[in-house]
Amino acid sequence: MVTLSLDAASVRLGRRLVVDAVSATLGAGTLVGIIGPNGAGKSSLLRAMLGLVPLASGSVTLDGESVSAMARGAIARKLAYLPQGQLLHWPLTVERLVALGRLPHLAPMSAMSPADIDAVERAIERADVAGLRGRVATELSGGERARALLARTLAVEAPALLADEPLASLDPGHQIDVMALLRREARAGALVVTVLHDLTMAARYCDRLLLMDRGVLVADGAPLDVLTAERLRRVYGISAMIDPPMIVPVARSLEPL
Amino acid sequence: MVTIASRLVPPRSMLVAGLIALILLAATASLMLGAVSLAPARIFAALAGRGDPIATAILFDLRMPRTILGLVVGAMLGLAGAALQGYLRNPLAEPSVLGASNAAALGAVCAIYFGLAELHPVMLPLLAILTGLGALALLFALAGRSESPLTLILAGIAVATLASAAISLSLNLSPNPFAAMEIMAWLMGSIENRSFHHVWVALPCIAVGAALLLADGRALDALTLGEDGARALGADLRVTRLRLLLGVAIGVGGAVAVSGSIGFVGLIVPHLIRPLTDRSPSAILLPSALGGAALLTLADIGVRLIPSNVELKLGVVTAFLGVPVFLVYLMRERRLW
Repeated sequence: MVTLSLDAASVRLGRRLVVDAVSATLGAGTLVGIIGPNGAGKSSLLRAMLGLVPLASGSVTLDGESVSAMARGAIARKLAYLPQGQLLHWPLTVERLVALGRLPHLAPMSAMSPADIDAVERAIERADVAGLRGRVATELSGGERARALLARTLAVEAPALLADEPLASLDPGHQIDVMALLRREARAGALVVTVLHDLTMAARYCDRLLLMDRGVLVADGAPLDVLTAERLRRVYGISAMIDPPMIVPVARSLEPL
Repeated sequence: MVTIASRLVPPRSMLVAGLIALILLAATASLMLGAVSLAPARIFAALAGRGDPIATAILFDLRMPRTILGLVVGAMLGLAGAALQGYLRNPLAEPSVLGASNAAALGAVCAIYFGLAELHPVMLPLLAILTGLGALALLFALAGRSESPLTLILAGIAVATLASAAISLSLNLSPNPFAAMEIMAWLMGSIENRSFHHVWVALPCIAVGAALLLADGRALDALTLGEDGARALGADLRVTRLRLLLGVAIGVGGAVAVSGSIGFVGLIVPHLIRPLTDRSPSAILLPSALGGAALLTLADIGVRLIPSNVELKLGVVTAFLGVPVFLVYLMRERRLW
């Protein structure tokens, strides 16, 4: 069980304020979606939660402890992170890749314990990559690789999972698989936070949405309360057909913002 | 459970055992072979202190330091190459990429140029190590606190270029052709005619450098997922980078200080080792050190056995060895083989 709290957290990249005084408290057992147009500060917000970017002001606390004061290893055992872009530099097998998720738990100079191996097994099971375990991860299709990297994240067995655009470049079937998987993790008691672009997926699967616009958190609540036609027009500059749970962008809004 | 355990922990013990056997073979051959070949019985007698004076002199004054240097210099170059390829996530990285080898070579060249090398046999390696550390300080000043591998490579190229320009300057200004020849010969790389003085200078540096690099294994594995991915897995990349730079500067500086610039070992050994492992950066560190030790020792035996009027330089032989390895690599990339 974990609680992640942001209190007026701001992030500055260069001279630009990319996250502007965002406050929110995220609790265990919820699937939280972070949405907003490109450049709204979604990824930066996620990285701030992980302590990967320094805060310009405000604070991020994890179970009452300031993330910026925590050791990287301690954060790593509580927050599992799936970075954007399916980055993988060496041609590891899926099994070896998933085992990287156990790095935060390994004692210095020691090999994986039976408990670590069990955790890898469970992650492979949960992400449904058992059939790929011997394959080289860099040679997989985009959808397969996404699942393998997700399994790597699950292998951490952290109480919270933060995923940056896990649906990017996936076909609709794989998108549903990934969202269903994230929801299962949340139902099992984890805090799951994910950056999303697909509004229908966000509305269908998330328990709560944070809508970002130019660094500011402009709406926070249940998906259908956040995704109103008025907000979509104002934030994304689109007119959308809203037929819950379907949110279909139909045109660039031509009205002045 | 058993299957996954055995596959997750690759049969590294087999690989390591095989490489150690290869090293023992190479080292024994290196003690035996040369202008005068020594039978194992004479070597054992000399080791036990009961040998004939000629065998004892050859063994302790010539072959032993040469063999030890071949092993430790090769191990350091192989390890540094493996660690740098892992850290920079670039299979073309090698020990000279951060300027450490060029800077150490510059120190040695200065020792020859200003005649300091004639004062005492350890003057040259000491000066080489000092300039290697000076280059490291310059590298830190240039690369700053940035964690990006690109900044580090650019800073490394700047340092390496500066050092090699200074080396060229010394050749340019050298008072007579003999001084220039001496510098050139040293730059080509060799472990011929080294004494235990050289071993005692190189060994501590290489031990410290190797320990620093081996300690980075897990962080290098984590970097497979990129910098954010690594940090989110608990890696402190500033510590990783500090250990890596110090390890390369001290270890490679120490190695170059006694052997001159021996290229390609650090580049090709990780490529030869990687297919025999699970390809994660940590898994190739120790085997690359062992493989480098074996390869350089074998190349040094080759130097002694290839018939030629002048003894070939070790760095020349390793450079020729590097070419076929890269052709194979290229052909695999182009899927011709």
